[in-house]
Amino acid sequence: MDTFVQQLINGLTIGSIYALIALGYTMVYGILRLINFAHGDIYMVGAYTGLFIATSLGFAANPSMLGFAVTLLGSMAIAAALGMAIERFAYRPVRKFSKMTTLITAIGMSLLIEYLFVFFFEGKPRPFPLLLKVPEWLPQFFQPDEFGNYILFGNAKISFIQILIFVVSILLMIALQYIIFYTKMGKAMRAVSFNLTSAKLMGINTDFVIAFTFALGSALAAAGGVLTAQYNPKIDPLMGIMYGLKAFVAAVLGGIGNIPGAVLGGLLIGAAETLVVGYGGYIGIPSTYRDAVAFAILILVLLVRPAGLLGSNVQEKV
Amino acid sequence: MTRIFLTILLVTSILSSFACVQKGGTGTTTNTGDTIKVGVYGDTSGATSSFGQSTKNGIELAFEEINKAGGVNGKQLQMVFEDDQGTPEKAKTVISKLISQDKVVAVLGEVASSNSLAAAPVAQEAKIPMITPSSTNPKVTEVGDYISRVCFIDPFQGSVMAKFAANTLKAKTAAILGDNSSDYSKGLTQFFEQEFTKLGGTIITKQTYAQKDQDFKAQLTQMRDQKPDVIYVPGYYGEVGIIAKQARELGMNQPLLGGDGWDSPELWKLGGAALKPAYISNHYSADNPAPEIQNFVKAYQAKFNVAPDSLAALAYDSAKVLADAIKRAGGTDSVKLKDAINATKNFAGVTGTITLDGSRNAVKSAVVLELNPGASKFDFKETIYPEGMTPPTAVATTANSNSTVNSNTTANTNSTNTATANSTANTNAAKK
Repeated sequence: MDTFVQQLINGLTIGSIYALIALGYTMVYGILRLINFAHGDIYMVGAYTGLFIATSLGFAANPSMLGFAVTLLGSMAIAAALGMAIERFAYRPVRKFSKMTTLITAIGMSLLIEYLFVFFFEGKPRPFPLLLKVPEWLPQFFQPDEFGNYILFGNAKISFIQILIFVVSILLMIALQYIIFYTKMGKAMRAVSFNLTSAKLMGINTDFVIAFTFALGSALAAAGGVLTAQYNPKIDPLMGIMYGLKAFVAAVLGGIGNIPGAVLGGLLIGAAETLVVGYGGYIGIPSTYRDAVAFAILILVLLVRPAGLLGSNVQEKV
Repeated sequence: MTRIFLTILLVTSILSSFACVQKGGTGTTTNTGDTIKVGVYGDTSGATSSFGQSTKNGIELAFEEINKAGGVNGKQLQMVFEDDQGTPEKAKTVISKLISQDKVVAVLGEVASSNSLAAAPVAQEAKIPMITPSSTNPKVTEVGDYISRVCFIDPFQGSVMAKFAANTLKAKTAAILGDNSSDYSKGLTQFFEQEFTKLGGTIITKQTYAQKDQDFKAQLTQMRDQKPDVIYVPGYYGEVGIIAKQARELGMNQPLLGGDGWDSPELWKLGGAALKPAYISNHYSADNPAPEIQNFVKAYQAKFNVAPDSLAALAYDSAKVLADAIKRAGGTDSVKLKDAINATKNFAGVTGTITLDGSRNAVKSAVVLELNPGASKFDFKETIYPEGMTPPTAVATTANSNSTVNSNTTANTNSTNTATANSTANTNAAKK
């Protein structure tokens, strides 16, 4: 039982990261019907930006909650700007052409970012410094053990970083939900996603709304990058490929274009692959098949519910 | 997916062909002149980039020394280096380029066995001798008679750690966390398991991961339940550092055991204090006070400003073995050169005395090193000899060694100093 709970916590931790990345995929798809393949690389850029901010401002040498917050927000802001730039210079010029053109542009963008980073920052993995310190103002009762763990019961433990990943992810998701449903911008985003041409006719600045969506999605992915780098402190320029792919699977699984669906999909994929590693051995699935299982789940769900778990099946007019 | 990979492949091949054109244009020296071109390939930008860097450095130092002393048969050695980014596909591409475009007389490389395995058939087909300094998987030299190595092989390396675990650490149970995407790791897993079981131990659980994975908590959590005495992690440093960290985070304090794939200055940055207690099997110890080792360590440190790891030492040896073979062959005729390399006998290298056996593998002793994250270095623990090879100081070691075990172990767990002294004696005797 301890082990099962522990595996579930491990799985939900990675799942939260997948969910953060999946949100960007799903929002962009919801608005432009475009799968932004460069999104996984924005996640990588987020981690690298975090590293540069942390080392240049000296947070790496002196871990604190404040340093972590500045790194996180700084890297989110830079990634948001990058997301907008990519939209403005790569996707907007080809938006009027067929969807296939934009898709190929997205793939090209993804490779460009990856290999620019390999070129400028070397392909080798870099260690990421620990920026977090359990704050002293927490009462003694809440101080973790020497490895930074809190014991839930028996052998089931949750680390400070894991708690932080959950908290930050949930806060960011609430913020996103608020932006989309309770602000004017959110209303515009929903309108654009409903029908781009009509929204334009109603006087909505669709170009700005699309740029804003890219910024929002990129910021969330960068947050995912910084959080992962705290959890698994090793980053490399190609780290976004697999995470991006799995987040994409999560978005499709939950129903692409559907925001709660992306979160649900992310958590499901994270939990499923961890449990495969943990318990797959008993039913003859070696632990290396964790990724295969994620994709197998996707295929199964799509066979039964082609629109994804929470997606609505809208007939597309031709 | 296929489309993405195809695009990646296309882009990288176009880029690399540009790189080739550029380099081909500048390096116009041919073998007919006063230089002998030797191809070297390794990973200097991928996940195992410190391996390639050390290898390149080791060979550079060896060539410099040889050239300063007048070269080989009056000719200077010239290194042509290619980066393969640590992938088997790229390894195959760059070795083809070295052989067909640069017309090298011999090739030195790779470190990772999977990459050597991909490249070796190209060398064999072109009849260009290839010496791998540090690929330990047995299959590498089985490719053909043009492929040889100056390091020991995995059946021995795996058994060394199994013996150390069972005899010195007195472990009864072990768990294995292997890298399923590398031939090196799969080989070590198999041979560790064989030897450990033979010595009366039990492997209670085997888990795997794939290179570039970032999260190992699921595998480790499963292991934690089974409470193994030791955990064997035959992987490369990039993953090992994180594995160590995550294992300690889960409250697992067992000794971690590994192989020469851990040997990298990067390991300390990734794993930090979590790398204790931990032990690895390796090719040589930089702490060994023997003069030829210390001279090498000093020269390397002076040139590159970093301590040589075992991959640098092996690369240095491989370059010296090649130079020696060219000298004995009296030229660079590929058949004669191959025969000369394969006939290498009692060559005194930094990593021990090198004699190639019938399968073109070096038969050498291994050292067990203890990780010392505080000082970011590996401390010498003991030397283990292969079966059939008598330790050079047989008289001195029989007192310590267990006669029922086939290998003689100069175990000196209490005092590192005495152990180092022993190994000095060994190296000195070996020279005779």
